[in-house]
Amino acid sequence: MSGFGPADLLLWGVLPYVVLVLVVGGLVWRYRYDRFGWTTRSSELYESRLLRIGSPLFHFGLLVVIAGHVVGLLVPDTWTRALGVPDTLYHVTALSLGLVAGFCTLAGIALLIWRRRTTGPVFSATTRNDKLMYAVLVLAILTGLGMTVYFAGVELAGGHTQDYRETVSPWFRSVWVLQPDIAAMAAAEAPYKLHALMGLALFTLLPFTRLVHAFSAPVGYLFRPYVLYRSRDQHPAGAGQAERATRRGW
Amino acid sequence: MAERSRNGGEGAGARERPIGRVMAQVAMVMNLDKCIGCHTCSVTCKQAWTNRSGVEYAWFNNVETRPGQGYPRTYQDQERWRGGWVRRPDGRLVPRAGGRIRRLATIFANPVMPSIQDYYEPWTYDYDTLTNAPLGDDFPVASPRSALTGKPMKVEWSANWDDDLGGGPELAAQDPIVRRLGDRVKLSFEETFMFYLPRICEHCLNPTCVAACPSGALYKRVEDGIVLVDQDRCRGWRMCVTACPYKKVYFNHKTGKAEKCTFCYPRVEVGMPTICSETCVGRLRYLGVVLYDADRVGQAASVEDEKDLYEAQLDVFLDPSDPAVRAAARRDGIPGRWVDSAVRSPVYALAKRFRVALPLHPEYRTMPMVWYVPPLSPVVDALSGTGHDGEEADNLFGAIDTLRIPVEYLAELFSAGDPAPVDLVLRRLAAMRSYMRRVNLGQERDESVAAAVGMTGSEVEDMYRLLALAKYDDRYVIPTAFGVDESDRGVIDEVGCSLDFDGGPGMGGMGDVPFGEASGRPEAASVETFHALRERQTGDGAAGEGAGGDGRDATEGRVNLLNWDGNGRPRGLFPPRRGGGTDNGGKRGPGPEPRDGGRT
Repeated sequence: MSGFGPADLLLWGVLPYVVLVLVVGGLVWRYRYDRFGWTTRSSELYESRLLRIGSPLFHFGLLVVIAGHVVGLLVPDTWTRALGVPDTLYHVTALSLGLVAGFCTLAGIALLIWRRRTTGPVFSATTRNDKLMYAVLVLAILTGLGMTVYFAGVELAGGHTQDYRETVSPWFRSVWVLQPDIAAMAAAEAPYKLHALMGLALFTLLPFTRLVHAFSAPVGYLFRPYVLYRSRDQHPAGAGQAERATRRGW
Repeated sequence: MAERSRNGGEGAGARERPIGRVMAQVAMVMNLDKCIGCHTCSVTCKQAWTNRSGVEYAWFNNVETRPGQGYPRTYQDQERWRGGWVRRPDGRLVPRAGGRIRRLATIFANPVMPSIQDYYEPWTYDYDTLTNAPLGDDFPVASPRSALTGKPMKVEWSANWDDDLGGGPELAAQDPIVRRLGDRVKLSFEETFMFYLPRICEHCLNPTCVAACPSGALYKRVEDGIVLVDQDRCRGWRMCVTACPYKKVYFNHKTGKAEKCTFCYPRVEVGMPTICSETCVGRLRYLGVVLYDADRVGQAASVEDEKDLYEAQLDVFLDPSDPAVRAAARRDGIPGRWVDSAVRSPVYALAKRFRVALPLHPEYRTMPMVWYVPPLSPVVDALSGTGHDGEEADNLFGAIDTLRIPVEYLAELFSAGDPAPVDLVLRRLAAMRSYMRRVNLGQERDESVAAAVGMTGSEVEDMYRLLALAKYDDRYVIPTAFGVDESDRGVIDEVGCSLDFDGGPGMGGMGDVPFGEASGRPEAASVETFHALRERQTGDGAAGEGAGGDGRDATEGRVNLLNWDGNGRPRGLFPPRRGGGTDNGGKRGPGPEPRDGGRT
């Protein structure tokens, strides 16, 4: 369990914490500094025909993909075995569900990017920040989906591939308890490492791009009354809510 | 519930229901007979609030010709745009576009959001051509450029493209109300009628936009009922745009946030009328406080028959002269001067006392608070056109009965299709004309004319004073906000405008900011402009040559022509010299022949 070099130490022992600090710190900073810029920056006003197909395809696909990652990374294989789920069944389910969701996500984002490039107003509203974000997002999806396709192919052909639940997942869980199992991740195959790095890059971008809207998923809407009243004096200017002078709302 | 059991007490023995929570709303009435469709309200509103990029297409106040498609096009067709509330069979109200679950399920792409084309694609003109075009035989023309893409575009629609029935029967026939009334609305020139409908946000008692906002950014202010968007909480989900049946919430496509009419709250808070009211040429707008029973709003908005909504809403309003209401208002923390102001409120008088103001589209069940005195003019015009005396009460009454089409059209707008309330209003307006003509001609006051519409002569004269004389202080009865001292009346907090910081959206452009337009920290506006102004007024250099001359900030080199003393050649005032000529003094660079060289 000690077979890792200094590069592994940096990538899997140090980098995750750097990313974590950047994400948490970035979110706090942006919330305090730029609450006004915290938005989806929707372009539906310009074009809605393609968006109405592409956006739900991408977002719902992504939600399934995220759920898959949560299960795969956070639930140890011993738990699923204890529940009586055979490994084969687990992997077949994960691969098939992952393939469908992954292709939906990819198709969705492909459509969205095509729309963004070809619809004049949408393209002129695209910032460099957006372009960087799209590049990283697409790479993360491509590496993940490519890996899934490759492994599914190998398994179908009767071969055998490495189980991420013995390498990536233990490392991922160990990061959160501040005892990174660097050796486990160092032992993972190269595609896993590449995909993990793309994931870390994407996480880093979360607070600093429009992706930040993911953190304002309006779950509270389900539980509040329809009509909201607010008092005029509830948020006096300079009450320290945010560093900026409070904008008067309209 | 505890509040319901508490009665106002004193002297309200006849009242059947206890008074629930009393709330105050600053509301508006517009007298459509006086609107000449000059769009001054729209223009001054735009100058005050939406002359920024991202909301070029947005008109917090717009004036539309009826019959006509309105702005955005056919917004009244709720089968298509799905705004407002619907009453479910069990009596509960849900937003027409769907309840909470449905909202969240469609959050990734709002299925019924109007596109920019339904408003209109904003444009500017290529003014540069006018100064830069090479010498030629043709006069240079500034052709339109899309404000979205900067590309040349063909201007085909705007906020008031069908003004004054422009476009004729083809465009007016698309009016959702005309379509509902069918062939009966004649659109040929000789037979048609028209009037203007200025519209702002209705600041509803039961606002669907607030209900539809997933982030909880939209809210109704407790003190004055103004509906606002908290710009720091809005996340750009766009549900409010769909939910508002009047389509008066706009999506700022640069900042990605919703914006709407603010009822000019910085002015209203210090007792001044809104910009649209203040600048109204026809003096047709009235502002005043209405007290209402907040606990009864939900019940009133969900009455079964939509034709009862008008009466139900009137029923929610409370009489500020009633001692029981005054006691309840005191109980609920409404300042005495607000209650006193409500007694003098022209809005309450026109809506409830005289019953000549009606809500716009009560059938949307939002309980709108900008009401309208429907115009008698289509009837008078038709009557005068036939050679009859348009001010004789009997003639007018007869005409109101005979000319059903304008009445039915108005009823579709103001009373969910029920002609009776519109009929009563028009009769009262007709009676007022007739009654006051006798007075003005020095004849005897004819109480029978007033009695024919259920009023007394002195009531008619009160109404005349409010509608016809319409003195400034009678039209605008606005108490200063709860926290604002009466001595601050008319003093606007200049630092308050959050968009007018230097380089901010209020000052035209954001420069280089990290997360897209309008993100980042604003600089204090007044300090900035104060120093800039002092520097200009005391410095010797030409404008734009002052501190910070490294050209970092695009607005720094901008010249305020009011401050420019003609000294030098300020950066940004003239286009750069051709051929790399230096920018100092009057020395010409070695460029091509100067354009004005032909002059002798």
